[in-house]
Amino acid sequence: MVTVKDYQSPVTPTWCPGCGNFGIHQAVKMALAELGLEPHQVMLVSGIGQSSKLPDYTHANGFMTLHGRAIPCATGVKLVRPDLKVIVHSGDGDGYAEGMGHMVHAARRNIGIVHIAHNNQIYGLTKGQYSPTSAQGTRSSTSPEGSIDRPVNPLLIALAAGATFVARAFSKNSRELADIIKAAVQHRGYALIDVLQPCVTFNRVNTYEWYGERVYPVSQEPDYNPSDLNWAMRIAQVWGDRIPVGILYQTEDVPAYEEQVPALKAGPVGLRPIRPIPADKAQALKAAYM
Amino acid sequence: MKNDMTFVLGGEAGQGVESTGAGFALALARAGLHVFAVPDYRSRIRGGHNFFQIRAGDYEFFSHNEQVHLALALTREAVDFHVRQLVPGGAIVYDTGLKVDKSTWPDGVQDFAMPIMDLVQGAGGNKLMANTAMVGIAAGLTGLDLRFVEGVIEDNFGRKRGESLAEANLKVARAAYEYARAHFAERFPFKLEAVDAPKRLLISGNPAMSLGALAGGCQFMAGYPMTPGSPILEMITAKAAEFGVVTKHAEDEIAAICMAIGAGRAGARAATATSGGGFSLMVEALGLAGMTEVPVVIFEVQRPGPSTGLPTRTEQSDLMFVLHASQGEFPRIVLAPGTIEEAFRDGWRAFNLAEKYQCPVIVLSDHFLATSLQTVPPEALDFDGVAIDRGAMLTPEQLDALEGEYKRFAFTEDGISPWAPPGHPKGVYRAASDEHDEYGSIEEDATNRRRMMEKRMRKLEAARADMLPPKVYGPGRAGITFVSWGSGYYPVREAMRILAQQGVSSNFLHLTDIWPFPAQAVADALRGAKRIVSVESNYTGQMAGLIRRETGIHIEEQILRYDGRPISPEYILRGLEGA
Repeated sequence: MVTVKDYQSPVTPTWCPGCGNFGIHQAVKMALAELGLEPHQVMLVSGIGQSSKLPDYTHANGFMTLHGRAIPCATGVKLVRPDLKVIVHSGDGDGYAEGMGHMVHAARRNIGIVHIAHNNQIYGLTKGQYSPTSAQGTRSSTSPEGSIDRPVNPLLIALAAGATFVARAFSKNSRELADIIKAAVQHRGYALIDVLQPCVTFNRVNTYEWYGERVYPVSQEPDYNPSDLNWAMRIAQVWGDRIPVGILYQTEDVPAYEEQVPALKAGPVGLRPIRPIPADKAQALKAAYM
Repeated sequence: MKNDMTFVLGGEAGQGVESTGAGFALALARAGLHVFAVPDYRSRIRGGHNFFQIRAGDYEFFSHNEQVHLALALTREAVDFHVRQLVPGGAIVYDTGLKVDKSTWPDGVQDFAMPIMDLVQGAGGNKLMANTAMVGIAAGLTGLDLRFVEGVIEDNFGRKRGESLAEANLKVARAAYEYARAHFAERFPFKLEAVDAPKRLLISGNPAMSLGALAGGCQFMAGYPMTPGSPILEMITAKAAEFGVVTKHAEDEIAAICMAIGAGRAGARAATATSGGGFSLMVEALGLAGMTEVPVVIFEVQRPGPSTGLPTRTEQSDLMFVLHASQGEFPRIVLAPGTIEEAFRDGWRAFNLAEKYQCPVIVLSDHFLATSLQTVPPEALDFDGVAIDRGAMLTPEQLDALEGEYKRFAFTEDGISPWAPPGHPKGVYRAASDEHDEYGSIEEDATNRRRMMEKRMRKLEAARADMLPPKVYGPGRAGITFVSWGSGYYPVREAMRILAQQGVSSNFLHLTDIWPFPAQAVADALRGAKRIVSVESNYTGQMAGLIRRETGIHIEEQILRYDGRPISPEYILRGLEGA
């Protein structure tokens, strides 16, 4: 029986007290334990930022890579070891600024990775600059007069790019988040979970209270239909006084990328023993040049 | 003169110059001749002027040269360009319909205008088959048995595109062959004849390196198209299903190398292939592999920079760049094969070195090596010599026996820490691009930092044991000592051959394993040399600079080329005179 404790790392998190990352961390461990997955069956891949320290605080295979590049690193893992459950942790700066291009491509190729975006609408690690999801007019050290950029809608971008699983969650509600993560891990292909997360140090607007007053389960929508892309694209645009959380869209109709790779039909190539090429095959390779 | 000549086939992009030239080169190779062929093309799909130059002979030579005996010109521009390269008695072949200005032609050049398009049409071919006609003409003029040309046409067209296309091309080739034989062959003094010779391969550096990578058990390759590196990804992809390789055309070069590094972190033999511009994008991730000690192989096929530079041409100007790319200090290994044999060998050896020393390995090639077709004995692709060494990779049994938490980055004497592929309960660890402790956790402690830096850098010292010393060709003592690296091999060896015929003795220090630098071997080889001449394809003399930095030896005499064209033996001889 796998428990949350199996994922306990000896390393103490350095996140600020009250940081939304704690709730996400707890939910990840709960989800993996409840799915009966053991730490060696999981690979956590992150970029750089406060959220990306999560693998350091978790006993599982981990790879803390470069700012913005967690998705291609995770894609490489999945393409040689599709037997591993690969989970990306990125932030809104990491994942939606430098990493946005990779997210679009991961979505369209439907690679089997779970992408958990810790979205606190601010840069934490570099101390409080506005991020791609910051509301227009956000005052920060790089936008002292208020940011001019309009915020991105990562859910809408993911849907437009062909993502087959798109969800939003609130970091405080670990139980609900854990359930979404479980669904995402079991999903066929790329899954984006945008997690709304207060930054208790640098974001004085989008606080626990601010979110608490606004989030509601999207399943309460009377016409809730997460298999309908058009419906999902409409609900993904709801933001402001009310913010829907939960699974906005999911389809299992699209095969995952790794299911379709010829070399993977025989199993994970990363587990293939490496041996010299037999003489007859070597001769055939040479014959093409004679 | 028999069995010693150079052809050039010139035309526009889209006229099949390269594929036809390569086909003719194969026909010559099958006739038992030694061949060295160089494509020269522009960065465009249609128009412009492209050519394919083939040297063939029944004796061993090392590179292309500048004397052309037969120019086959598909366009007026090709006539104007190639007629100037002809030796006295050499001939230019072109269609009688082309209006050419002969006033500037050099003396002694023979005008072999022929009704090529009429011959093509008469044989029932279409105008694109003018290139096939040219090959038929070349065989007719030189006396080469047409069956060698026919065999290549059958192989190239028959299997892939249907018998009718093969038949049409065969008819065109035969008609052109007969016409050239009947009307011009008598006046053409340069002849070819098939010789009995052991079968040879006709191959260039890119496929040799790709086959080496396959032989080395490459399990993953990602890349993004960029001349001249992309053929490596294409060739591996063509064999991917058969040999169990996952290949990925990524969204950009950053993604490509990150995918390869991810695959490496997951325990697979992983690589990427690119050129200098793509490698520029990969630089940050190079440091990620260095810091997290993930094995990864980067095939970097150089072309002239900076920026877009000359996309379809050659240069060796990325040496300093690959040696220093990425912030901070970390071990890396740089190999620069010069020959086909070395390209194949480094193709597989790179994976062994990457896993043994758990660091990035850069295999530095260039357009000249990558694309020049040459005949080599089949043993040059030495599949039998391939040995797989995965270094300190922990077996499941070793992991079973592990006590306590696994220290992925354990401090060791040679800096090499036993590594575990994911999937074993005791092999669980995290790897951070931040400085980290022995377990892989982020750690900023000063003592840990110092020890980790030293641990990683000790691997570079350990790797010296696996570095191949530079090769010395020629007599132990000589009037001239050439120094070059990578593809500089070809023109230098050929210049040495010509110099020997002139009674000038020379020898040659050829560097292939570049980093960690074989300082002692280079210093020993150059000690007592009378006249050292370094030869490389760049502006600043990067290898000469590196030698000075690492050995204190200052090579004043340098023959450098940076016009994007491969160094020829004549270029070296002129350089020696100019000194």
